[in-house]
Amino acid sequence: MPKKIIHEFKVEFLQILDEAGRVDRTLWPALDEKEVKGFYEAMLLIRTFDEKALNLQREGRLGTYASVQGQEAAQVGSATALRPSDWIFPAFREPGVSLLRGLPMRMIYQYWSGDERGSAIPEDQHDFPIAIPVGTHIPHAVGAAWAAQFKGDPVAVATFFGDGATSKGDFHEGLNFAGVFRLPIVFICQNNHWAISVPLSRQTASATLAQKAIAYGFEGIQVDGNDVFAVYTAVKNALEKARRGEGPTLIECFTYRLSDHTTADDASRYRKAEDVAAWRKKDPLVRLRALLEREYGWSEADEQTLRRQAQERVAAAVHEFEAVPPANPEAMFDTLFANLTPDLLRQKEQLRKRLQKKERD
Amino acid sequence: MSKLNLVQAINQALRHEMEKNPDVVLMGEDIGPDGGVFRVTEGLIDTFGARRVVDTPLSESGIVGVAIGMAAYGLRPVVEIQFMGFLYAAMEQLISHAARLRTRTRGRYTCPLVVRTPYGGGIHAPEHHSESTEAFFVHTPGLKVVVPSTPAEAKGLLLSAIRDPDPVIFLEPSKIYRAIKEEVPEGEYLIPLGEARVVAEGKDVTLIAWGAMLHPTLKAADQMAEKGIEAEVIDLRTLSPLDSATILRSVEKTGRAVIIHEAPRTCGLGAEIAARLCEEALLSLEAPITRVTGFDTPIPLPKTEKYYLPDVDQIVEAAEQVVGF
Ligand SMILES: Cc1ncc(C[n+]2csc(CCOP(=O)(O)OP(=O)(O)O)c2C)c(N)n1
Ligand SMILES: [Mg+2]
Repeated sequence: MPKKIIHEFKVEFLQILDEAGRVDRTLWPALDEKEVKGFYEAMLLIRTFDEKALNLQREGRLGTYASVQGQEAAQVGSATALRPSDWIFPAFREPGVSLLRGLPMRMIYQYWSGDERGSAIPEDQHDFPIAIPVGTHIPHAVGAAWAAQFKGDPVAVATFFGDGATSKGDFHEGLNFAGVFRLPIVFICQNNHWAISVPLSRQTASATLAQKAIAYGFEGIQVDGNDVFAVYTAVKNALEKARRGEGPTLIECFTYRLSDHTTADDASRYRKAEDVAAWRKKDPLVRLRALLEREYGWSEADEQTLRRQAQERVAAAVHEFEAVPPANPEAMFDTLFANLTPDLLRQKEQLRKRLQKKERD
Repeated sequence: MSKLNLVQAINQALRHEMEKNPDVVLMGEDIGPDGGVFRVTEGLIDTFGARRVVDTPLSESGIVGVAIGMAAYGLRPVVEIQFMGFLYAAMEQLISHAARLRTRTRGRYTCPLVVRTPYGGGIHAPEHHSESTEAFFVHTPGLKVVVPSTPAEAKGLLLSAIRDPDPVIFLEPSKIYRAIKEEVPEGEYLIPLGEARVVAEGKDVTLIAWGAMLHPTLKAADQMAEKGIEAEVIDLRTLSPLDSATILRSVEKTGRAVIIHEAPRTCGLGAEIAARLCEEALLSLEAPITRVTGFDTPIPLPKTEKYYLPDVDQIVEAAEQVVGF
């Protein structure tokens, strides 16, 4: 019996817009000027939202917040490719995706301020709430994709997670189910190279994260995660494939977390300033702006107008967020089950009496 | 002796034991160069190297699972789970394996591992970062559960936990990580597991607490003292095995018991303590055993968590009701 190779694998990498803002026309996804500018507008809005969140946190108006700076292209590219009827299952660093899906910006601030009402997703949206326990939402996304397939609905599911999440059993179990049942799902891994202070080299000995899909019997692709066109193209293709019933895809967006892990973190303890500086040069906004300037006559005045508009939108959302009446503590009982149990009724009454007494004192 | 907070005291205990015992290995997420998200392992990687202070892949089940194998082979793994809310992925490893390796093999293999994890509310943390589910672990035969309430206690209990021949869940109340400083004995300092501590003596009512809740309980006792009520305060410090003898002795004297925990009420550890008192001290009781606890809901997010957590007023009110019964 000869020894022979019975399988060989390859992993593709996709980049359309390079660091200098030049486009590979052979791979261009046929977007018009309005669409290209729309991408930039969305990315700038997310950056502005994020900078404001960091300020609000410093002023004590938000709790711990996980900044998304550096990952705007990964989020805009994928969110734009999704249809409203598709479902998404985010981790905790996808405010950009949530915003583009139509979640009111106020609610995102509300959630990070420590108010459950920020997770009360509007009825017309197919978005799951944020998942704080890393990777735990991946099987939920798989289950929803299965249900969509079961019901014959023409929808796909996308789930977002980080490089750290690929170490969790949930990730592997989710991908395995998706492969076995050929489910209409796209796994979007934002490989930002860090899981708090733990570098990618401590999550895997694999050359890429994309190749993990191969073991589960489907395609994985790595894209330049700071190139909004590459992300858009890969996610769009994968969603169409899913909707055609041709199964799942894993997309590794190769990107970088420019900020601290959260406002509770100090990344200077564990990573070099030079490394961050090198990635700043690859900032997804900078390269898209360079393209706009070169090919679409984007001027400083256009830039300033757009920035002002973004700031106005963010300011309006902050205003709404701060105008929300204080959370009612009694609400903690109300949505635990469909109906209040006798114990919960009693406990709610206790709390009400306690609050009344406090008011009297 | 030097004045340390709880974080520093645990750090000192880890350092002490790692110096003494080359088989002690630390594993967890962000415990290396970052020193842990609460800085408990700060500087240990500089002294002991990345071979003994190991940043692992992000996998709680993996961390606990490999620690079981390491422990059985002959190392003394001390793992850090970043928050109690992330320990749940490792439940199968803990319940099905760590807790019963010794008894399944009739003593052939043992599992001397320590799982350290911050727990409890009141730190304005995001979702899943304020859990207090100690009862899950107490309910698991084969696990020991330890909760320190002060820096010196933390050191003495952790050294005993690491030297214990069986698996220990070591719950660190994050609310008081930096809230209290006290003298912590240097070098060897051991507090045996399984012994509760009578923190204040009194004859009118017994207040039983542990971890962060000990502190509002002590304040409540002070307030009651001003009104002439003498409360005896017990810090359980080991939840499993539970020191029934100390609790019984106290309640036989006072005839009254209030149990305080921030965990949800139903099937919280208070229920077990109340049951034991009913079984063994019924004739000493002069009032119903009372619990001051969290509600049977998940702990709310920061905006409303203070309405969930027991406070000094509630403890005083409950204790006065019991005394006036
Ligand atoms: C199960 C679990 N373990 C630990 C944590 C604490 N934690 C929060 S985020 C994080 C790192 C996540 O890294 P990654 O998946 O790469 O996502 P990123 O933060 O980079 O977006 C850790 C360890 C958690 N939230 N959940
Ligand atoms: Mg990451």
